[in-house]
Order: sequence, then structure tokens, then C-alpha cells
Amino acid sequence: MGGVIRGLLPFAVAVPVLAALQVLTADAPFLVILSLTVGVNIVLAVSLNIVNGMTGQFSIGHAGFMAVGAYVGGVLSKVTSEYGISFLPEVVSDQVLFALSLVVGGAVAALFGFVVGLPSLRLKGDYLAIVTLGFGEIIRVVVQNTELFGKALGLSGVPARTTLFSCWLVVVVVVVVAKRIHDSSHGRALLAIREDEIAAEAMGVNTTAYKVRSFVVASFFAGVAGGVFAHYQSIVAPSSFTYVKSMEVVVMIVAGGLGSTTGAIVAAVFLTLLPEGLRSVLLAVTGDGALAQKVEQIRMPLYGLLLVVLMLLRPQGLFGTRELWDMGPFRKKRAPSPPSPLSSSASPGAAPEVVR
Amino acid sequence: MTSAAASTAASTAAATPAPSPTARPPALLSVGDLHVSYGAITALRGVSLSVGQGEIVALIGANGAGKTSTLRAVSGMLSPKQGSITLDGKPIAGRKSHELVPLGMAHAPEGRGIFLNLSVDENLTLGAYLRSDHEGIEADRENGFTLFPRLRERRQQRAGTLSGGEQQMLAVARALMSRPRLLLLDEPSLGLAPQVIETIFKILRAVNQTGVSILLVEQNAHLALGVAHHAYVLETGQIVMEGTGKDLLATDEIRRAYLGE
Repeated sequence: MGGVIRGLLPFAVAVPVLAALQVLTADAPFLVILSLTVGVNIVLAVSLNIVNGMTGQFSIGHAGFMAVGAYVGGVLSKVTSEYGISFLPEVVSDQVLFALSLVVGGAVAALFGFVVGLPSLRLKGDYLAIVTLGFGEIIRVVVQNTELFGKALGLSGVPARTTLFSCWLVVVVVVVVAKRIHDSSHGRALLAIREDEIAAEAMGVNTTAYKVRSFVVASFFAGVAGGVFAHYQSIVAPSSFTYVKSMEVVVMIVAGGLGSTTGAIVAAVFLTLLPEGLRSVLLAVTGDGALAQKVEQIRMPLYGLLLVVLMLLRPQGLFGTRELWDMGPFRKKRAPSPPSPLSSSASPGAAPEVVR
Repeated sequence: MTSAAASTAASTAAATPAPSPTARPPALLSVGDLHVSYGAITALRGVSLSVGQGEIVALIGANGAGKTSTLRAVSGMLSPKQGSITLDGKPIAGRKSHELVPLGMAHAPEGRGIFLNLSVDENLTLGAYLRSDHEGIEADRENGFTLFPRLRERRQQRAGTLSGGEQQMLAVARALMSRPRLLLLDEPSLGLAPQVIETIFKILRAVNQTGVSILLVEQNAHLALGVAHHAYVLETGQIVMEGTGKDLLATDEIRRAYLGE
């Protein structure tokens, strides 16, 4: 019972806060759009971190799963946009259908995650990266050639139903899920796989099953993120889900520190706002919009440069595997810290007291 | 004594698990005619051995003889191509590690396999991964700390910051966390100082005295034969000799090939 209350606490806080933000930002559409972009990227980064960071499997096709969720959710909403749930007011009915299409989109993405993951997670390291990369591209090419999804022009007319509230509620959900996974025995098994797969197996961890599960969870949330994305863009085009998008998410989690959920969040916020900030700076410096217009092109080399610098100066990423809540004032009380490793390493004379 | 061991060696070369001349306790683990290969490369060709209840059994041999492959096949990390493995008379060949751990099998893999970025405590908790009796787990954690007091001092420390000997202690303590009846140890002396090795082997004896049977793979033949009740010599994927630890220590072949005398 206490556990249930504790589990609901983040939502009890988030719901009124988000509702208030929603009202406050009613007159600032640019800010809202920006916050939605940030939100979607956080969901993508935090979910990918479950696979790449916690489990240590390198997937670089997250945009593929996002695409699945975006198209499935988008088509579903388009089809149901003519209908409403009779006993509910129109706004509420729309949001319920929206939630439904997010979940269905996520579920289909999860199914793809299972199908892709089951054979490929038996492979190690580079092979998984290649398979996921290939999958992302296959999805994009298939979508590009399917009438139902609008081919290269994209799927247009998806009802605009994403609000700041719903998008960030998804963010809260994915963060809570990621933290819960991390803190559970399930999460410990994932960390064990990341650290040493053979040893994890020796401990009795069913490594394949756990890898597939974490992959499926990550794919689900990538699908949901795609759904959220589709419902504020209104047009879903294959060009949104290229290899570049996948790499963007990978850069976020590597920069934030593989394995750190809060690191992924911070990096996602920073790297999403970076182009916007850059645009303003370029506009102010050059005076005309020529260079500012090219921010989208400048962005990727900049990311690359950032990554190189980061790897040189701080290879473990911004946060390493640690979380914001493990640091400073958030730190849980623990037993007094043990003596430093130096003072204790075996000097022959001291050995008998320490070792029986 | 020497001739007895030699005749045993001759009879086991024929790959039948010949009844040992000395009385051994009933078998906890028995392996018969085990074949393992990695693709085209054959690692084991008909290994037969057994570990009795409460015994320490050593498996010695040179690099590449198939010691690690034998352990891996027993603990379910490798699927044998052919042959039988039974634990308590139940066939377990081809079953996966996560099915075998609950049956009482613990494997401390080669190179220690410590989770370097996790704390000592977290490593131990993972050792009890398949158990859910919280109190029992904590009791076993305490037991581990009693066996290896150094680990208690370092329980919050990242395992990667431990010395090699401490890591090996952690590997053994972690393996014991699953409350095994059979402990498989792969080269516990690897890369450790003689003094540390001695400590670890002393503790292994103590662990064995609490009723845990041990199958020990070692390159350090002198050490392994000194502690083993029974021992097997593995050469290019086959058992070429077996006997009590003491008998084998006295054999000329062993002294020449593995002890450098």
C-alpha cells in the first residue's frame, strides 16, 4: 500500500504542476512547441538509455521505432478523428482517443522491438548496432513506399492533439519507469549484464530474456514518443526518422553519461535547445538571417565536435552512470564510508588482523 | 602408491568412469563422455568425472586442455555436443545457467567476473539473484563477511577499486550467496600473490567443511592437488589420469609435467 502511494507521488506532483504550466503558456505557442520538442527528445533519450546505458547493448536505430509509433498512432487518430466517445465532451473524448493511439503505436513499436531484438540480442556489440541501424532504414524505406502512410510526402492531417500537459506527462511516466527499473532487482540484472555478461549468466540471470525485455520497453516508449511527435507536427514525413535522428538520440545519452537517466534528460534538454540558442546568437552576430537559416545543417557537425571534446575531457559523459538524485543534498544516508583504498591495501604486517 | 595411481591412469584412458580404488562418497555431480566443440574446433572429447558429496575435486591440466570448457559445460554456459551431466542423478546437460543455479550450482567464472562498476554489496546481492528470502540473504552476506573480513570493510566500495586478491574473495563470496551445494571455481589463484592464494585456499577448505562440494580448475597443480580429495588430469580434451590428490602428487608423470621436478 505504501509502495503504491509512493509510486503515485510523482504523478500527484506532476499533474497539477503541468496543468498550471499548460494554462500559463497558453499565449506562448513558440515556447509550447519548443517544450514539446524537448519532451519528445527526453522520452527518446531516457528510453534508449535503458538499452544502451543500463543493459550495455548498443542500439542505434531508435528513430525506426519512433517512426512505427508515429505512423501507427497517426493513422489511428486520423481514422478515429471523425468519431467521438458519445458520453464524453469532445475535448476529453479527443484526449482519450489520443492516449489510445499513443498506447497502440507504442505497443506496435514494442512488437517490432521484440521481433528485431529476439534474434539480434543474442549477438554481441557491433552486430546489434548494425542490425538496429538496418532496421531503422528498412522502416523508413517501407514507409516511404506505402500508400497508406502517404509515401515520401508523409502522412498529413493528423489531428493536433499533443498538449504541453500530455507530452510532459509522458515524460514523467518514462522517467518514473526508468528509475523504477533501475532500482529494482530487474535493473540490477540489467546492470550485471552490462558489466559482465558471462558473470551475470553465472549468477542465474537469463541474459537473453532480460536484454529482449529492456529492448521491448525502450521500443515501446520510442513508439509513444513518435505518437506524441506525430500529434503536434500534424504531418509525419519519413525524413523525420532518418539515421540522423537515431544518432541524435545516441549523442544525447552518450553526452549525458551512459546509464544515467538524469544525464540523458539534461543532455536531451541541452542538445535540443542548442540549435535554438545558436539561431539567436547567429542572428545577433551576423545581423542577417543567412547563417541562422542554416542551423539545421550546422547542428550535426557541432554535435560531432561536442562529442569528440567530451570524449577527450570526460569520457564517461556528463554524469557517468550516476544520477542527479545520487549527488549532493539528494544523496541517501549511507553507512559511514570505508577507509580509502590506499590505507588498506595489504601490507604484509597488517594482513593477519584483516584476513583470518 | 605410485603404481596404484599409474594403473588407475591406464584404466581411465579408456574413457570409462572406472570405479576409483579409494572409497569415494556418492556422486553429487557426474559427467560422462562429455564432448564440446567450438565450431570446427573440438575442446573436449569424452571427459568423464564425478564430484562426490562434500568433496573437493581438482581438475588440472595445461593451457588449452579443456578445463574451462568442462566447467562451462557443467554450469550450462556451453551446450555439450554429446555426453551426459547429472546433478543428484538428474540429467542437466544442455540446461541453461539460470535453470541450474536454483538447483545448487554456483560458478565463479574465469577471470573472476566481478561487476567492476558496482559496489561490493551490490555484487553480493547479485549473487543471490534468484533467491527471494530476504533474511536468508542477509545472513549469508554476514557469513561471507565473516569468511572475508576485508570485504566488510569495503562493502560500499566500487568492486573495481579492490585488489586482485580481494576481487577473488568477492568472486567466491558472491558465488556462495546462491547457497550452492556445488561450487565451480575457475583458476582462483590466477595472478595472485602466494600469500593471498594461501588465504583463499584456506577459506575454500573452510567452505568445503560446511558441506559445499567444490570442483576446482587450476593450473597451479601443486596447490590444487594439496587441497583436493580427488583429482583429474586433463590433456587435450581427455582425462588421462585420476586419483586422490596425494597419489597424484606422488606420481612421476605429474611431478615432471606439472610440478617441474
